[in-house]
Amino acid sequence: MFLALRELRFARGRFALMGTVIALISVLVVLLSGLSSGLVNDGVSGLKALPATAFAFDEGTMKDNAFSRSVVDDDQLAAWHDADGIAEAEPMGVNIVNGVTADGIQVDLTLFGIEPDGFLAPAVSTGRGVGAVDGIVVSEPLREQGIELGTVVTLDRLDVELTVVGFTQGQATFGHVDVAYLPLDTWRLLAAGASEPGAPTRQQIDSLDFPFASVVALLAEDGVSPDFAATDDSAGTTTMTLTEAFNASPGYEAETLTLSMIQIFLYAICALVVGAFFTVWTIQRSHDIAVLRAMGASSRYLLRDSLAQAAILLVSFTAIGVAAGVGMGAAMPDAMPFALELEPIALASCLTIGLGLLGAAVAVVRIARIDPLRALGGQR
Amino acid sequence: MNDVTTSALEVANAVLELGDGDSRVRALDDVSLTVMPGELLAVVGPSGSGKSSLLAISGALARPDSGTVRVHGTELSALSKSAATRFRLRNIGFVFQSGNLLPSLTATDQLRLAGRLAGNRRIDTHALLDSVGMAHRAGHRPGQLSGGERQRVGIARALVNAPSLLLVDEPTAALDRRRSHEVVQLLAERAHGSGVAVVMVTHDRDVLEHCDRVLEMIDGRLGVPALQH
Repeated sequence: MFLALRELRFARGRFALMGTVIALISVLVVLLSGLSSGLVNDGVSGLKALPATAFAFDEGTMKDNAFSRSVVDDDQLAAWHDADGIAEAEPMGVNIVNGVTADGIQVDLTLFGIEPDGFLAPAVSTGRGVGAVDGIVVSEPLREQGIELGTVVTLDRLDVELTVVGFTQGQATFGHVDVAYLPLDTWRLLAAGASEPGAPTRQQIDSLDFPFASVVALLAEDGVSPDFAATDDSAGTTTMTLTEAFNASPGYEAETLTLSMIQIFLYAICALVVGAFFTVWTIQRSHDIAVLRAMGASSRYLLRDSLAQAAILLVSFTAIGVAAGVGMGAAMPDAMPFALELEPIALASCLTIGLGLLGAAVAVVRIARIDPLRALGGQR
Repeated sequence: MNDVTTSALEVANAVLELGDGDSRVRALDDVSLTVMPGELLAVVGPSGSGKSSLLAISGALARPDSGTVRVHGTELSALSKSAATRFRLRNIGFVFQSGNLLPSLTATDQLRLAGRLAGNRRIDTHALLDSVGMAHRAGHRPGQLSGGERQRVGIARALVNAPSLLLVDEPTAALDRRRSHEVVQLLAERAHGSGVAVVMVTHDRDVLEHCDRVLEMIDGRLGVPALQH
């Protein structure tokens, strides 16, 4: 690295320009990664938080928005109950409602109707769990909108009154709408259209005969990968694993594909720009390299030195860019779904550096082809 | 340091052809030459006469189509490409036109790099620069040095690994008369003082007075010049 470091210092203007471009690309990569994580959280954190392995939808349900479209009955549920390799099978109801609090705060809620004592019951950070027929456990970030324990949410049109009894641990959203867990019985009352204005009561529930839910949530036995397709046939369902089900949440696929495409383009641009820079740089100093080779420098030494130079440039300016990106990300307005997560940012930084190095490597390989004979005779 | 009985450079019946097809030229035509340690040999001739080709085969940068080249007893054509590179590193010093120094390195670092390439991290750069009268410019980069100063640093750099053969390519091409004399004088001093054999290619007939022997190259053939200075 003897030569590499001295060249970096000597041609600092050129390297600083290149470094700035790398840093700017890193900033963009970090911001996109944050936005991507934020959107994913906003879209499916409610699903991610569920301990389910897979979901069985009614057969033939359209994939997009499948959760609120699908309707399963007790026969389908029973078929899954008896299936091999399935530890738990529980009905779950999903739909999205609008509501307003007594203070006039308007909220959108994704209702997750679950068995209060079932495996889907959420852990709460404050308050009580799902149980009371008129009680809901809502997504933690709703606190920032002024929702508290005891807040009564009145659902639009139905005028049903639900009381906040607890908050989930961390964010739980589905399709960018905050999740409210409630007992499946209460959900059925709403879904059947049998609710009456005011808080739902036990009597209303007892007089209802509505054996339906949206999906069957499945939990596989430990270490078993059940044969979903076989039970699907007999139960008349279509099963998606938890991650497959992300795509069944509104807008998820469209958002993540768009962002992934932009990120892939950025990585390609990084590799190409760094490659182009080092191509020009190598050509610029090809006479010097010919001199070094004539002096007896091995190709290996020269390649190692040039790659070290590229690595120093990439690592230092990517670090600067990532730091700037994280700083900017922390200052993002709350309205932007933005989440700084270590893992995707580390991956994005490594990819920027790795692909940049690849571009540089393709460029500096030409060092090996420079003929030391060029050192003799006329200048340049 | 160098064995006086072994010739530093021995070229025998070397033939080198360059180019392809119709444009094929015989750059070296049956060239034979012996240089002893401590000798400063000048090869003069018009451009395109094959002077650079002679340097190339002597320095293991090119291989003759036929004939042999021995440097300090080692047959160069017997070496693989990487072995030739290593051999060049330790046994042959090159001085290029106008020094051909690396623009990013100070005079001291030019020498240190040459040493490091050969795995030698302990170079007395001060003494070496002092011996070419450049100690006072040790911290300067090539851009801050005059043509003559660059050439002096180039000579010091070529001597870092104590080569037995110094190949010098048109050292006075970019220099005025006075500096040309100084540089060639310096080469002569080094040859006579340390016993390194020097082959200098030039078309500057003014500086030949400092050389022990002069040969002339015309159309790839080497001979004694018609007009000896």
